[in-house]
Parts: sequence; structure tokens; C-alpha cells
Amino acid sequence: MDFPLFHLDFMGNRLLVAIIAILHVVINHSLAVGFAPLVTFLEFRGYQKKQVSPEEGAAWDETARKLLFTAFIITTTVGALTGVGIWFAASLANPASLGSLIRVFYFAWFTEWIIFVLEVVFIMIYFLTWKRSNENPKRKRKHILFGLWLSIFSWLTMAIIVAILGFMMDPGSWINHKTLFSGFTNPIYFPQLIFRTPIAMMMAGCIALLITAYILKRGNPYRPGLLKHISFWILLWTPVAAAGAFIYYWFIPRSMIGNLPVALGTQQFQDWYDSLLTVMIVVVSIGFAVSILGTFAPRRLPKHLLFIPVVASILFLGTFERLREFIRKPYVIGDYMYANGILVEEYPLYQQTGLLKNSPYSSVSEITDANRLKAGEEVFNLACTRCHTTHGVNSVVNRFERMYGTENPLNVEAMKVYMKSMHNVRYYMPPFPGNDMELDALAWYIQHQQAEPKPLEGPQIKGVDVKEIKY
Amino acid sequence: MINAVITQIPVPKDIPLPLPLPEWILVAILIFSFLLHILFINLMVGGSILTFWYEWKGLKNKDHDKLAREIAATITVNKSLAVVLGVAPLLSINVLYTLYFYSSNALTGNMWISIVPWVSVAFLLIYLHKYSWDKLAENKTLHLSILALGVFSFLMIPFIFLTNINLMLFPEKWGEVQGFFSALTLPNVFPRYFHFITACLAITGVFLAVYFGRKSYNTESKFEHITKADLQKSMLTLALAATGFQFIFGPLLFLTLPTKGVTWGLFWVILAGVTVAVIILLQLWKMIKQNETIGRRFYLILGLFTILVAFMGTGRHMYRESALKTHKTMMAERTAAHWEAVKKAHENVLMPSVQTGEGTISPGEALFKNNCAVCHAANTRLVGPSMAEAAPVYDGNIEGLKQWIKKPGRKRMDYPAMTGFPNLSEQQLTDISNFVLQKDWN
Ligand code: HEC
Ligand code: HEC
Repeated sequence: MDFPLFHLDFMGNRLLVAIIAILHVVINHSLAVGFAPLVTFLEFRGYQKKQVSPEEGAAWDETARKLLFTAFIITTTVGALTGVGIWFAASLANPASLGSLIRVFYFAWFTEWIIFVLEVVFIMIYFLTWKRSNENPKRKRKHILFGLWLSIFSWLTMAIIVAILGFMMDPGSWINHKTLFSGFTNPIYFPQLIFRTPIAMMMAGCIALLITAYILKRGNPYRPGLLKHISFWILLWTPVAAAGAFIYYWFIPRSMIGNLPVALGTQQFQDWYDSLLTVMIVVVSIGFAVSILGTFAPRRLPKHLLFIPVVASILFLGTFERLREFIRKPYVIGDYMYANGILVEEYPLYQQTGLLKNSPYSSVSEITDANRLKAGEEVFNLACTRCHTTHGVNSVVNRFERMYGTENPLNVEAMKVYMKSMHNVRYYMPPFPGNDMELDALAWYIQHQQAEPKPLEGPQIKGVDVKEIKY
Repeated sequence: MINAVITQIPVPKDIPLPLPLPEWILVAILIFSFLLHILFINLMVGGSILTFWYEWKGLKNKDHDKLAREIAATITVNKSLAVVLGVAPLLSINVLYTLYFYSSNALTGNMWISIVPWVSVAFLLIYLHKYSWDKLAENKTLHLSILALGVFSFLMIPFIFLTNINLMLFPEKWGEVQGFFSALTLPNVFPRYFHFITACLAITGVFLAVYFGRKSYNTESKFEHITKADLQKSMLTLALAATGFQFIFGPLLFLTLPTKGVTWGLFWVILAGVTVAVIILLQLWKMIKQNETIGRRFYLILGLFTILVAFMGTGRHMYRESALKTHKTMMAERTAAHWEAVKKAHENVLMPSVQTGEGTISPGEALFKNNCAVCHAANTRLVGPSMAEAAPVYDGNIEGLKQWIKKPGRKRMDYPAMTGFPNLSEQQLTDISNFVLQKDWN
């Protein structure tokens, strides 16, 4: 409404945000939160083994360093950039919401940032001083201690992010309390943390297993020992992850369903929720199977197969993050702002006077027969493009066709009835924000789009129309 | 009310939430953290350019190849710091200039978001270059090409930032630009760019003079011919030359600034900065001429540079503020008017006259409208069958209908499945069912 609305008419904005965010979460959880303690642990075991067999100790140490090297390269490039990228993408996808969130969460993010800076500094020191730490045992001990610090800070970053997420997810909490603290006292804060921590450890194990299997040749005498240790690490965390998943699974609906005021909301939630359960069981079982094999018969681990747990756990986190997003719909900030960027409080005004009249980025004020399709396009842009495209991912035409079939052209009257109460039937969609004329124009536009498909370019390509608003 | 003289200025409403801190604190955080961020960006860009330069010369002179490698080691550290330190100014500019920053981001969106993959790849290239030095010792062409790609990226990406930061100052242009490239050609982007790249070289020169000049840095063990004095001299000369060039790019930048934000205050601040720059030039000149090592004079120069940068940072902010002043006032007025209108709209909702004149409707009808009408019309097929077809199925069987609504089965295979309503209460189910069965759907 108050911003030119960036729009990708094929992939959709949400997918863009999702890809960047999931990539970031996966890298952060596995390669930062999980890798730091795992690598420190391997380095420590290497140090212990050195007392007995210097050669074996050195091999362990070198493997641990190589693992860290991989994590270091990825976290300081793709990891760091996707972290910033979430901001970029979210502010493009929904500027009004990010603009508001940032005012509410400034301190949280500032704290987060300070810890993030420390984390980066620590990982650089830890990695860049590794070779020198091998000069003498005293240095090595210090280095290991440092790894421990790094682990703590990585974990803290996650703990704070989870609080922020929990805060944002809990509809109403912000309206009532307006303090950041409520993020930490949020009922699903601890379940989330209990769940994310072991998952991060497990994922780190799976990735480390994969890398180790590839960098050490089959004949290497220390390979089985290392694989066994890493497998054991996964095995140790698997039950914790299962328990964490269960606790989380148990807590979410109890604190969430109550907040879904419409019957169907619950119904749709249930479907997503069931799919999460399936994915959880599958992933934990795969992790369990691989770690059992690796612990008891490390020599038999087929290295190509090790891709499976890695891919599975990435898919898992992806599903999980999607569920989190879903729970937040139709709001971006509980009871305050809808996902289309319009405030709940502003609805009556727009429903009475119209969206277009109030938007500086639309050339239309009054809808006439001549400008109906143009108006429809602009209403679509304001009301639906944060979640839908014309013909790409989550295409609005396709969604209507799925409901009404393709035998007949889409019926304008039917679509109007649907859109008028879409929030009641599909809770995750906000109510239609405009007036009746706009509803009509939108329905005509969608029908026209079915008849003559034409992509809707975003302002990043075609620019924006600007008009002066009387006030 | 200010009359928008030019009709093409978009006046959006501001975000109706208070700033998290008093504005001046946020401004201070913004300026300080931005300068810190840009310092490391300068070192990253300047460092990579110098690495390329010396590795290129190193094809003939082995010492230069070694020097390139020494400089390369600093880039990867500086680049990591540059990224993390960028978050604080990003946060602050997001809070302080939400409407302006996000609008210009959206208008150049494809390029803006491409920063994420592009910088990631550039960083990966820089790592690849750093860690393949020995492996590719025999294939210098390839090794240099990798670096060239990285440096090229580092040289192009600033355009995206500068274009955005520039576009946000000119709401009157938002209706005209069509994508990144048209925003790039607005006046002032290119002068800003050259000013920035030259600053990168100047700052890197100063930094490397310290880096190679420090006591613990041993040149004899690293190079065959290059001495510490040579290194320091070249780096300081670089700083001197680059700072000298700023006397061309600086005025160019100032003169191409659109006049709407230029004030006398800004002029004096910039002039003060220029004066400091002149002193810096003189001091650098003396230092180079007398072959001084790092000492009192050098610290003086460092201090002067800090003051210079503070002046320029402040000037930058002053220009931004005065360029946006009128627009900010307009926006504040529009926002206030808007919230008045919202209040009125709420009152209208409460007034009975506006409520639809359909008279009272039964609870069953209301429930039907809200929950069923989307999929069922009286006589036509929507998502589900028409009510004229569906209702008679349950004639005299209200329990059956309630059961169906709660947990529908599958009947018509050319229709999708109906969603159930397990959450409706017994009373609500009865109300809807009564309504459905009693109404004449034909
Ligand atoms: C908060 C994001 C959001 C907004 C805003 C939104 N939708 Fe949706 N819409 C969705 C999602 C998510 C789905 C479900 C997609 C799926 O089934 O995978 C959906 C589904 C639909 C469907 C199919 C519903 C069904 O019963 O199968 C239609 C039709 C639809 N949307 C139209 C619209 C129109 C028209 C607008 C604008 C007035 C709009 N939506 C705005 C998120 C949104
Ligand atoms: C999402 C769209 C949708 C909504 C909402 C919906 N229905 Fe249906 N309804 C259908 C579809 C599709 C069928 C056909 C299902 C089939 O035959 O398998 C159907 C079938 C029916 C039937 C015929 C059942 C039979 O035994 O032949 C009745 C009666 C009915 N709906 C009543 C209702 C009532 C009452 C509501 C509101 C509480 C409602 N529907 C809400 C889509 C919907």
C-alpha cells in the first residue's frame, strides 16, 4: 500500500524468502551451532589420543581442522550472506511488515547482532589459529577451550533468534505486552529450543560423517575410528531429538489452536501438522539407522548413501520452517497486521472508501468500465500478490480453476462470492481489504487473466504509477 | 497542508509505530556503525585490487607475487568483518528511513536481491583464489582469472548500494525510474562511485602501511629484495595519490548533488573536511619525503583521517536529512489525516444506517453465508453442488446433514472433497441445518 510492491510473477515472493531463509537456517543450525561443539569434541579426542599415539592424534586433529575449514568457508560466505539476505528478501516481499517488526524488535536484533559479531570473530580466531595451536600442548589446550566458547556463542545466537521467532509467532502477545521479554516467556520458546538444539547436533553429525567419508581414503587406518565416533555422536543425539520433536509436537497445538478462531483454520492446520509428524518420524529413523550402522560397523558405511540423511534433515527443517510460517498466517504480526501488509485497524476505511483511492502507487482512483481491468490488476497487486502470482507458483488463476474446474470460463459472480468471505473459508488468507467495486474489478481481472494470460511485472521492471492523494 | 506542487511526488503514510529510541541516538548509531562498516568494505575492495595488481606484476618479479599473497591474507578477514558490521547500519537505516529505503529497494529489486548470491559467489572466489595459490602456481592465468572475477564483482556491487542510497533521496523520481539501470543513471551515482573507489585505495594504503610497518612483521624472511621501508613508502604513496585524486572526485560529487538538499551548513561541514584533507596531504608528503617510519606523524595522520571521515559522514547525513525534509513533513501530515479517516470509518461501522438494509437474518442464515456460501450457491454449481441439488438429499434427515457438515464423505467424483467443520457447536450445526432444510432453494 505505502510501498512500491516488489513482485516476482513466476516464483512468487514467498518462495524467494523461503529459499533464502531455509538455506540460512540449515547452514546456521548444522554448520555453526552443531559443528562448533562437534569439531571441538573431535579436536579434544585427537589431543587425548596424541598422548598415546602421536600419529593417530595428528590424523584426528587434521580431520577436525578440515571439517572446520568446510564449515568456515560456507558459514562466512553463503551463511553470512543469506543471514543478511533474509532482511533483503523480507523487506522486498513485505516492506510494511518488516518495517514494523524492526521498530518493535530493534533491541532484540541489536543484541543478536552483537552476539553475531562475536561469533564471527571467534570462528575466525578459532580457525586461523588452528595450525599454530599445534606447536605445543599448552597452546592446544587453550585452543580447545576457545572452541568451547565458540560453541556457547553459536548456541546463544540461536537461542535469541528462537525467542524472536516465538514472539512473532504468538498472535496477540505483542499487542498485550509490547515487551521483548514476552518472547522468552512464550509458551513454545523452550519446546522450540529443546527441539532445535539436538536437531542441529544431529545435522552437524550427518554432514561431518559425509565429509569425513569423502576426504579420508578407504585404506586410511584412522577412517573407521573417526566414522565410528561421529556416528556415535549422531546416535547420542537422536533420542534427544526425538524427545524434543515430540515435546514440540505436543506443545504447538495447545498454544496455537486456541488462536485459530475459525473452524476451518484448525482443519487446515491439522493437515500440515500431520505431514510434519510423518517427516519427523522418517528423518529421525534415517538418522538413527545410519548412526547405528556407523557405530557398529563403520567399515561398511557406503559413502554415497550418506547423502540421504543430509538431504532428509534439510527437507525436515524446511517443512518445519514452513509450518511456522503457516501458523502466522493470515497475520504477519498477530492481530495487528495482515500478511498483505494492511493493518487490521485500517480495514474499515479501505472497505468503505476503497484501496486504490488510498494508494499513492496506483493511477486509478475511481473505477469505470474503461479502466476496470487496470483497476483489477492494481487491486490484485495490493491484495493478493504478497502470496499469489498470476500464473506461476500459487497462481490465483490456477487456484480458482482447481475449485471451479476448467470446463467453463471462470465465473465472475462466483469468484466475487468466494473472495468476499475467503477469510472464513480459508483462514490463512486475510479478508478482502477493498470495497465492492474493487472486488468486482478484481474478479474481472482474474477472469481476463484466464482468458488471455499475461504476466504481471513488478515495479522492479516496469516502474510504478504515482498519483497525488488529497488529504 | 502543503500543496504538492509537482503531482508526481508519491506521499505514502508512515509506519504508525514509535521509533525504538530517540531519533538522535539512532542517527548517531547509524553514522558510527556505517563508517565502521565502510572502513572494512574499503579494505576489502582496496585489498583485492592491490592483490590483483601485485600478483600481475609478480608474473615477472617473484617478490611481488609474495607480496600479493600477503595482502590476500588480509582480504578474507576484512570481508567477514565488513559483512557482520554491515548489519547494524542496515538495521538503523531500516528504522530511520523505512519508507524511503524500502521503496528504492523495491524499485531496483532484482539487482538489490542479487546482492545475496553475487556477494556469496564473490567471497567464494576470493577463498578459492587464496587457497589455490600453491596448487595453481603453474597456471597463473587461471589463478589470476579467478581473482579478476572476484575483483570485478567487488567493483560492480557498490553500484547497487549507491544507486539505492541515491534513489531513496528523490521520491519525485520514483514514478519515473523503471528498474535498476534507469535508477543508475540518475545524477550523482557515478561521482559517488569514483569517490568511493578512490577512498578504498587511500584507506587501504594507510592500513597496509601499518600492517607491514608493525614491529612483529618480518620482511627479510618473506621477501628477497623488498624491504620494510620500500613497502611503507609504496603504501603511503598510494594513500597520498588517492587522497590527491579526491580533490577531483570530491568537488565533482558536490557539484552534481541535486540542489534540493544543499544547505550552507552542509557546505561548511564539507569545507572543514576538505581543510583536514589538505593537512593530511601535506603530512603524508612530508612523511614520504623524509622516509619516516611509523611514529608521531603517522598517528597524527591517522587521527586526521578519522576526523575527515567523521566530517564526511556527518555531511552525508545532513544532505540526506535536508533533501528529505519537505517530503517527511508531507508524509507526516498525510499520516495524521489518514488516521483521522480511519477513526471516522470505525464510527461509520458502528452507525446502524450503514449496516446493510437486509434486515435481521437468522443465525442459521448468517452461519451459512459465512461458511458455506463460498462453495454452494442456490442454483449453480460453484465448488460444490447447487443447494437445489444438495439440500433435498437430507429431506427429513437433519441428523444426517449435521453429520455430513461435521465430517463430509465422498460422493460426487467429479467434485473435489468438501472440507469438514468439526469445530461448529451442536447448536450451530442445528441452526445451519434447519436453515438449509427449510429454505426453498429453487
Ligand atoms: C497470506 C497470504 C495470502 C493472501 C494475501 C491471499 N492468499 Fe489466496 N491462498 C493463500 C494460500 C497459502 C492458499 C493455499 C494454497 C494451497 O492450497 O497450496 C491460497 C489459496 C487461494 C485460493 C484457493 C482456495 C481453495 O479453497 O482452494 C484462492 C481462490 C485464492 N487463494 C484467492 C486469493 C485472492 C483472490 C486473494 C487476494 C484478494 C488472495 N487469495 C490473497 C494465501 C494467500
Ligand atoms: C470448500 C468448499 C465447500 C464448503 C465451504 C462447503 N461445502 Fe458442501 N460440498 C462441497 C463439495 C465439493 C461437495 C460435494 C462433495 C461430494 O459429493 O463428494 C459438497 C456437498 C455438500 C452437500 C451434499 C452432500 C450429499 O450427501 O450429497 C451438502 C448438503 C453440503 N455440501 C452442505 C454444506 C454446508 C451446509 C456447508 C456449510 C457448513 C458446506 N456444504 C460447506 C464443498 C463445500
